[in-house]
Amino acid sequence: MITAKKVTKEYSSKLALDGVDLCIPKGSIYGLLGPNGAGKTSFIRIMNQITAPDKGEVYFGSELLQPRDIARIGYLPEERGLYKKMKVGEQVLYLARLKGLTTSEAKNRAKEWFERLEMSGWWDKKVEDLSKGMAQKVQFVTTVLHEPELLIFDEPFTGFDPINTNLIKGEIQRLNENGSTVIFSTHRMESVEEICNHIGLIDNGKVMIEGNLLDIRKHYKDGTFAFTTRTQIDNWGGHEVLSQKEDHMGYRTVLKSAAFPKELVIALSEKEALVAFEEVLPTVSDIFIEIVKNGPKPWNHE
Amino acid sequence: MSNPIFLIIQREFLSRVRKKTFLLVTLIGPLAFAALMIAPGLLASMPEDAKKIIVLDEPSLLLPHEGKEQYALEYLDPRENDLELAKELLRDSQYDALLYIPSGENWDPDFIKNNILLFGKEDPSMEMQGYLDYLLEEKINKAKLLKNGVDPEVVAQIKTNVSIKSFTLGEEGTDEQSAVPIKMALGYITGMLIYFFIFFYSVQVMRGVMEEKSSRIVEVIISSVRPYQLMMGKILGIGLVGVVQFIIWIGLSGILYTVISTFLFPELFAEQAAAGAAGNPAADMVGLEVLDMLRSVDFTTVLFGFAFYFFGGYFLYSALFAAVGSAVDQEADSQQFMLPVTIPMILAIVTAMNVIQEPNGALAFWMSMIPLTSPITMMIRLPFGIPLWEVFLSGAILVITFFAVVGLAGKIYRVGILMYGKKVTWKELFKWLKY
Repeated sequence: MITAKKVTKEYSSKLALDGVDLCIPKGSIYGLLGPNGAGKTSFIRIMNQITAPDKGEVYFGSELLQPRDIARIGYLPEERGLYKKMKVGEQVLYLARLKGLTTSEAKNRAKEWFERLEMSGWWDKKVEDLSKGMAQKVQFVTTVLHEPELLIFDEPFTGFDPINTNLIKGEIQRLNENGSTVIFSTHRMESVEEICNHIGLIDNGKVMIEGNLLDIRKHYKDGTFAFTTRTQIDNWGGHEVLSQKEDHMGYRTVLKSAAFPKELVIALSEKEALVAFEEVLPTVSDIFIEIVKNGPKPWNHE
Repeated sequence: MSNPIFLIIQREFLSRVRKKTFLLVTLIGPLAFAALMIAPGLLASMPEDAKKIIVLDEPSLLLPHEGKEQYALEYLDPRENDLELAKELLRDSQYDALLYIPSGENWDPDFIKNNILLFGKEDPSMEMQGYLDYLLEEKINKAKLLKNGVDPEVVAQIKTNVSIKSFTLGEEGTDEQSAVPIKMALGYITGMLIYFFIFFYSVQVMRGVMEEKSSRIVEVIISSVRPYQLMMGKILGIGLVGVVQFIIWIGLSGILYTVISTFLFPELFAEQAAAGAAGNPAADMVGLEVLDMLRSVDFTTVLFGFAFYFFGGYFLYSALFAAVGSAVDQEADSQQFMLPVTIPMILAIVTAMNVIQEPNGALAFWMSMIPLTSPITMMIRLPFGIPLWEVFLSGAILVITFFAVVGLAGKIYRVGILMYGKKVTWKELFKWLKY
């Protein structure tokens, strides 16, 4: 959907993006991750053609990004707001028409969305009379109303209450199932892990790792295994125990093992002490910390 | 919708015109203006309690019938009163002031003039002093003339008032009587109006930009339209509000004038008209002269000039103000950038008097070429009849500068609207031009 090639952007003295190569597959839910100031928003603004890259190209599909592609993108910026004095309905229509919809198209779709999200009575309210949560719903509707092929959310869940977060997450997944490609940009990596299937990790304007989330997590697995046992067990056959704590099924012990700990699994099973056993894959933030500390792990194509 | 800029213009225009404050300002504007025109005249014509002044006139300089409506003079008998008694009288009475004219040893006018005293219960007003000064000067002058054996009647006859009739040399002997006073007034008023409107509407552009920035809607919008389009849409939309407001104001002022002159204070206006018609030769002369003068002013040029310089000046300044608005987070921070931007305009207003007195001088010429001052200065000069090439040159410079400034302001604007929570310095603004 989006392919970036060697994108570089410099602000006065700071290199915000340094030869960024990214590939956002069509139909994916893509997590653009990285700490604050990594260059995520700079990249998003380039996709939205708010700024232009100093060097490099961005492709939308197979063609270079064009001004008219703006109508194919829906963008919810991190710094978002609405005209306070304007009525909700007028505002939604105005923003939709700026994206190229006709008034009647915009009106019909807006009515549909207002019903879906239980906002029907809000049409003639002024924005300044809405609660924060209500305003967030309006902002979401304005982002998706023109049925864009690409949806970009910058820090989407900061400031959303849990009910709205779930509602919006559900709607985003539905849009994705209907064919929209979705980009989430956030520094809170754990918040999108469950819904993203692709990620790109950025730090200091450089891409550190990019690809299918599951592939990446498998690639970075480091021999961590979790055993849940009925009773507390102290002898783990010389393996390094990372943590041990009581939970609802018994005692959960996480340990390191260079190879699959077959003998431990068999021994515990025979004693009927084992309730559950799993290999633990690293989280995105674990991977991020690992890369920052030790550099990216090379992919061996065995 | 082919061009989003029309959508933006539409929103900017409608969101302002539909506000209650727009209605209020539009309706109250001409009322306030009319009040400003009428109030002084009305106040002046209101009957005021006459000030009563006791006069102790030892040399009998003044005649008993002296004084006028505002100042009733009452004379004490100098044979029965002295200054102390008179002061006592002032303290215990309803009189407002005491004028004391001493005679001195030998009634020497120079002694008298140096020793006239005025006591008031409150500080005597400037006007009262001025009136008494004038009255006494005349009397003492006369006394001096008599003392030197000159007949005051002769002096009065010799006194001459010169009033030169000036003409501007037209082509083929169509010399026009010049009408400096009318042109001065016209130049000054239109210049002030231009200043006022440029400022009034440019600040609205700045506020609009700041509103979009502080409400954080701007990034959503510029992901749909170019920042330049948003800025221009705003400038044009607010300019349109100005045009509509202006047209309403002109219409309302006309109606208001008619209503006031025919219904509310007919006697006031009838008096003036009657004075002219009833063969009062002085009033007639003045009326004719004013008509003559009006005929000599090229109103088409002034009108077109006004429209051109209003729009030219407004576009130029509103682009600058848009850049200022984009660079700051709060209105309070805007002061440091607004001051340098407004100084040229203020300069044009400050030099207005010099320009009026010498509309073809070097100062007037250069100020009407420099694009930041030309809308006001050229407007002041226009009624005086300016060589056409100067008008076109100044207009061309203004238009060219406008495009250059809009380009630069657009660059600052583009960066500024996305800079949050940062106090910007001049140095940074210049850096943004290169982004």
